[in-house]
Amino acid sequence: MSKILHFLLLILALSFATALHAGTHPAKPPLRIGLTPVFLDDQAAFLNKWRDFLSHHLNRPIAFVQRGSYREIVDMLHEGKLDFAWICGAPYVRNKKFLRLVAVPFYHGKPLYHSYLIVPSTDRNTRSIWDLRGKVFAFSDPDSNSGHLYPEYLLAKQGTQPSIFFAKFFYTWSHRKVVEAVASGLAQGGAVDGYVWDTLSRTHPELTSRTRIVAESPPFGHTPIVAGRSASQQDIAALQRVLFSMVHDEEGGYLLDRLNLDGFVYGNEHLYDSIADMNHFVEKQRLNASQGH
Amino acid sequence: MHLKDISLGYKIPLRVTVLVIVTASILASVLVYRSIGDLRKNMVANAGSIARVIADTLVEPMLHDDVWRAFEIINTPFHIPEDQAKAQGAEYILVLDASNKVFVSTQPEKFPMLSDPITVEPDFSSLLNPLPELNTQAPAIIETHPSNSFYLATAIQSDGVRLGTLIMSYSKKPFEQRFYTLARTAVLITLLVLAVLLPLGVYWGKRMAAPLLQLSDTMSKITPNLPEPDQIELVESKDEIGQLTKSFKAMLGELKEKEHLQQQVITSDRLAALGRLAAGIAHEINNPLGGMLNAISTFKRHGEQDPITLKTLSILERGLLQIKETVAALLVEAKAQTRHFDLNDVADICTLVQPDIEKKHVNFTREIDIIEAQPISSTLVRQVIINLLLNAFHATQQHGQVHLHIYRDSLHLFIDVYNNGSHIPQDKLSYLFEPFTSLSEGGSGLGLWVIYQIVQQLGGLITVQSEPDKTQFTVQLPLEK
Repeated sequence: MSKILHFLLLILALSFATALHAGTHPAKPPLRIGLTPVFLDDQAAFLNKWRDFLSHHLNRPIAFVQRGSYREIVDMLHEGKLDFAWICGAPYVRNKKFLRLVAVPFYHGKPLYHSYLIVPSTDRNTRSIWDLRGKVFAFSDPDSNSGHLYPEYLLAKQGTQPSIFFAKFFYTWSHRKVVEAVASGLAQGGAVDGYVWDTLSRTHPELTSRTRIVAESPPFGHTPIVAGRSASQQDIAALQRVLFSMVHDEEGGYLLDRLNLDGFVYGNEHLYDSIADMNHFVEKQRLNASQGH
Repeated sequence: MHLKDISLGYKIPLRVTVLVIVTASILASVLVYRSIGDLRKNMVANAGSIARVIADTLVEPMLHDDVWRAFEIINTPFHIPEDQAKAQGAEYILVLDASNKVFVSTQPEKFPMLSDPITVEPDFSSLLNPLPELNTQAPAIIETHPSNSFYLATAIQSDGVRLGTLIMSYSKKPFEQRFYTLARTAVLITLLVLAVLLPLGVYWGKRMAAPLLQLSDTMSKITPNLPEPDQIELVESKDEIGQLTKSFKAMLGELKEKEHLQQQVITSDRLAALGRLAAGIAHEINNPLGGMLNAISTFKRHGEQDPITLKTLSILERGLLQIKETVAALLVEAKAQTRHFDLNDVADICTLVQPDIEKKHVNFTREIDIIEAQPISSTLVRQVIINLLLNAFHATQQHGQVHLHIYRDSLHLFIDVYNNGSHIPQDKLSYLFEPFTSLSEGGSGLGLWVIYQIVQQLGGLITVQSEPDKTQFTVQLPLEK
């Protein structure tokens, strides 16, 4: 309920703001940027500021578009309904055909992040995912790398899969909500974007303190900002220029601080090779499993 | 001490107090009971509609096996501010799947997913057996007595198929808290009302009891001596107590009169007895006395008479004569028919008492309201008037006042003698007419006795009223036909 309401309000706010900006930039149609919960995208006031910042520096209206899942955003990119989107490494490697890498977040001096395996802080015994057999597990989004692909890959390597290994699993469709599900005890374990968890521990320590990090994945290429079919080369270059220069700007610095990032940098598609390998392995395993049945 | 022995002065205020306390307590209890009942009804109705909405909203997440959506939905009521949630909201919400295992709950640590809720909360066995009806609007309510909660169970259904059950648990604590708050307020208000009503009740009770107490107090005083009417302080009113008071006063008056009459009867009986005794003795003395005086007279006339014998005989004779006088005074006898009393007798009397008037310079006034002769013995009436006047002159001071009033009605002659001298003390009044009751130095104590005897023999009455500076004798004598 609240999610839908939240959404409607946001869309209303966005369209209203868009109309205003259309007044100031009558010539250009708005640039449509899709957002996913790879960062804390549930802060409407912050998003407004960032949007205004980008709009100001790109000298054209910006529309942020949020949807319930990664898949919807990727579909919109594919259909040309979005020009750009900030998505996860896993959907990027799966849809490389029509996606172009625009920028990668720079986090703790690297364009990398980790996946965390978390359990409720009351659980003092769990040492790895293997202690969670027969428990309830929370994934963020089926298309998330850190919140789904990596733990699934771990299980696949041992020849099992979530539906067998866990008594039950469910998706919260957001990293933040994985933390909430684990903190509340609804799930006895969860996979979460390490960057989101770290950021939450800064802004909501009372929430993250109710969870405990059991294991950290190897580093992966950070969640990329990509361009869809409709984005022109000029648009890409303009957006890159603005994103990369955020660190040199006072307002941009403030926004980066709120994002808990050092900045945005050029990305190399090979950053995501490890994700592509995992994806490949898991897909093969799934195929085997379904053929085996 | 038994309750019925307590004075009405305490009993009536006490009863009023008990009545006030009982009334206030009953009213307070009823109000508290009603408020709690209403509160519960409201809460159940409120919870029922919330349960219906939540159950309907849960259909889709349950069909999609979307645990997180379901979790967010059931947590919605818990996002309202903390204190409000505690006061009215559910303790926890539990969603069971079709096989009665936990699908999701707001307290996942207490009710882990897929667990059997009955192992956690045995109360649910009665709640889930039978399962709530699919097509009812009102949820099933289960209240288990040892526990501090009651539960609402609502079916989650889609197209007539049971998807699961929604259970909402409500704590009884808000009721208890509310009950205590209400009870405290009720007690406070009751005490306040009592503080106002009790003094009023006690005051009214006392006022109601006061005339009864006064009556009872007065009744206890009628023995041994009847109180004087002016000593009785009883408030008269028209209610029952007032009538009782009136009757009591009338009774007291009658008793007083009776006592007075009795006193008079006793006095006149005693005087009559004394009169008979005196007459008897006088007759017995008179016979030998006459003989002795005759013997002395005879002896004086005859025989040898030496001076010593003569002197002795004279002494004897004088003594015997004194006895004769005294006896004669005691023995008052109405003489045979004499002439009627008229104004000449009055003039004679005035002449006779003149020396006494002058001796004391008494202001003697007369009021004679008769003209012709009255058919009554003049000798006896003269004797009565002279004796009364002499007593009056004797009692009065120098330059005092004495008044004589003679008048009549159709049957009686009245003689009033008034003086402003020293009055007769109360204790002497009852013995006033007995012989040898002297009121002053030098009196024989026979004057009033003689008057009384004469009046008695004539069939009349004599009364006396004596107050300081005012003493009046009234004699009433019947006239002959």
